[in-house]
Amino acid sequence: MSEGNAGKGIWKKLVSGTMLAGIVLGVILWGGFNWAMELTNNESFCISCHEMKDNVYEEYTDSPHYMNRSGVRATCPDCHVPRPWIYKVIRKIQASNELYHHFMGTIDTREKFLKHRGELAVHVWKTMKATNSRECRNCHDQTYMDFEKQEERAADRHEEAFDKGMTCIDCHKGIAHQLPKGWKELAKKNGLMPTASEGE
Amino acid sequence: MKKITLAAMAATFLLGSSMLAMAEVKSLRGDLPLDAKAKPPHKARVMSKSGGYKRAWKLQPPLIPHKIDKERISLDENSCFRCHAPDTYKAEKAPMISKSHFKDPEHPSDKNFIRRRWFCYQCHVPQVEAKPLVENVFGQ
Repeated sequence: MSEGNAGKGIWKKLVSGTMLAGIVLGVILWGGFNWAMELTNNESFCISCHEMKDNVYEEYTDSPHYMNRSGVRATCPDCHVPRPWIYKVIRKIQASNELYHHFMGTIDTREKFLKHRGELAVHVWKTMKATNSRECRNCHDQTYMDFEKQEERAADRHEEAFDKGMTCIDCHKGIAHQLPKGWKELAKKNGLMPTASEGE
Repeated sequence: MKKITLAAMAATFLLGSSMLAMAEVKSLRGDLPLDAKAKPPHKARVMSKSGGYKRAWKLQPPLIPHKIDKERISLDENSCFRCHAPDTYKAEKAPMISKSHFKDPEHPSDKNFIRRRWFCYQCHVPQVEAKPLVENVFGQ
């Protein structure tokens, strides 16, 4: 009888010990994973590559998303990395392709960048279109847009666009970066340009 | 003797007038010492006007009735073409760039735009809320 009790005690200890170790390990691994992911999710990490620093970042410093009257900023990941966890991880996995091209030197000069920028811009436009401009809407939520405070023309166009189910990127291309040469043709070819019938 | 008197008169006149001029000369900074802070200049806001401004004379390049601080014009890019180009003005409900700015005025498109006219702000300018320094009677 007493032997059986002792056996049960060891068993209990083993189970609770394993569970405790599991929880601690889980917290460390999960936290560590997210911590590492956050390390790669800020502006200073993005511009540690000269491809970003000398081209797109340079242009971004000229935009209201970088500097404006109230000092509210949107940094690289605010627009280019999704916030929901699963989409964020997917985007991070896709970024391995960017690492590959970084080491291959695909756009390591300004000339190469200019040659590829049309293609790169189309990638971003397509993503934004597919996600209904999710990253824009993290801050610019149409539900809370006060049309009364917008300029007449802007309010008119916004209301109309929302009624038609259009998305931010349909019109607001080249907001934080310059537009590539021949951007209109690129956008039209990929069906990313609002047409007159859509706007009427 | 006459000459001396004349010379003396001229000298007095010159001295007097130069002193007068010296009294009138004023630094653009005002009388402020260099280490004092000057009052910042008045900042005028760019006006927005729906419907646009009327032309002051027949061939005046139309004025811009909105802010342009976010617009960019470079060798490759001209953000005015987002709204004012022949293929976008209808959707954006904006006035189209004048046909006179195209090599083929009857078939205006981005491709046959006259590049000499690329820098819009050379002729088209926005207006700020500023009181005129002198009365303007042009055209009256």
